[in-house]
Amino acid sequence: MKSSSASMIIALSVTAVVVGGLLAGFYHLVHPRIEENRIAEERMAIFAVLQGAENYDIIEKEIAGARGKKEAVRIFKGIDKEGKTVGYAFIAEGPGFQGVIKMMVGLNIGSKKLSGMNVLEQVETPGLGNKITEERFTSQFKNLSIEPKIEYIKNKKPEKPNQIQAITGATISSKAVVNGVNNRMKLILDILSPKMKIKEG
Amino acid sequence: MAPSQKTYFEEFKKGILHENPVAVMLLGICSSLAVTNTVKNSLAMGLAVVFVTVASSALVSLVRKFVPGEVRIATYIVIISGFVTLADLFFKAFFPGISKTLGPYVPLIVVNCIIMARAEVHASKYPVISSIADAVGMGVGYTWVLLAVGTVREILGFGSIFGFTILSEKVFNPWIVMILPPGAFITLGLLIGLINYIKSRKHRISL
Repeated sequence: MKSSSASMIIALSVTAVVVGGLLAGFYHLVHPRIEENRIAEERMAIFAVLQGAENYDIIEKEIAGARGKKEAVRIFKGIDKEGKTVGYAFIAEGPGFQGVIKMMVGLNIGSKKLSGMNVLEQVETPGLGNKITEERFTSQFKNLSIEPKIEYIKNKKPEKPNQIQAITGATISSKAVVNGVNNRMKLILDILSPKMKIKEG
Repeated sequence: MAPSQKTYFEEFKKGILHENPVAVMLLGICSSLAVTNTVKNSLAMGLAVVFVTVASSALVSLVRKFVPGEVRIATYIVIISGFVTLADLFFKAFFPGISKTLGPYVPLIVVNCIIMARAEVHASKYPVISSIADAVGMGVGYTWVLLAVGTVREILGFGSIFGFTILSEKVFNPWIVMILPPGAFITLGLLIGLINYIKSRKHRISL
């Protein structure tokens, strides 16, 4: 049995239009909720790395990115009850063992210290690399000195105020976090306080 | 069009064991291996597949007389991907945590051959209710296999079930291999072996 082209075109078009309409309607219905979830997640991550923050402002800045393209950088300014700035949070990324690791970092410019770090997204090996999400690893970033930059050290307790201990057997993941934070932090510091002096190692 | 010779219950039942899509037909293995490291993920994935299979089988069966044979596959794909996107948006809106852990595997239901197979083998040839019974059976068949694999992997890999610790880390050292892909292959392989063994024994008795 051979069908005419017209019947084929009609059948496909009708299906596409009906399914498309259904999707558009459903998207319209749930989109506010999806957006809410995203913002709630962002809020939680920001408040987790900025102690004492009650609210935050978003600072957007365009910088020259790769291949001449403009890149938008978002910095979250944490504000406490009295309206004072408690610190800045930003999102950093680093290439992990299997995929990109994304983290939220809290920064205190006055004391030149990090106020916290939380992993937002990662696909590291379960049982090894994914330990970067654990308290034992992330808590090391609290009050970590950023001078001259943060560093990791293997298999022993950190000696300097700017060092964290890498996870045994997962140096690549630990390194990705440290390098990701360092790279982004440099840029954030350039934007927020270009005159600030960081001691060179 | 010859009406289905089987009752609706028989249409439903065949997907559970005898024509089980994962354990017997070995379809949809990719997602079964990828998401079954915890019971919760297995259940969410199973339910998503049940929904998509049932909804698309019903719709394919409804339009089966209007769709020309030459473009039927394209039509199925549009219908299936529509329902998959619906399921994906639903998870994102109401279960963001699950949506995050399942990652790309929900959108990938589009290319899950179980659903395509049901559309082509059953829904395009049989009336709506029979197609729904068939799809529910296949979906439940997929889900229980995922749950079985997920239960074994979560207990051995995390020492927990549904996120509740049942084997404390003090007495039990979790087997990391069970969380990783090899654990999925081993568990599913053993399960298929077990099902084949049971089937062959039944067969011998009936002879």
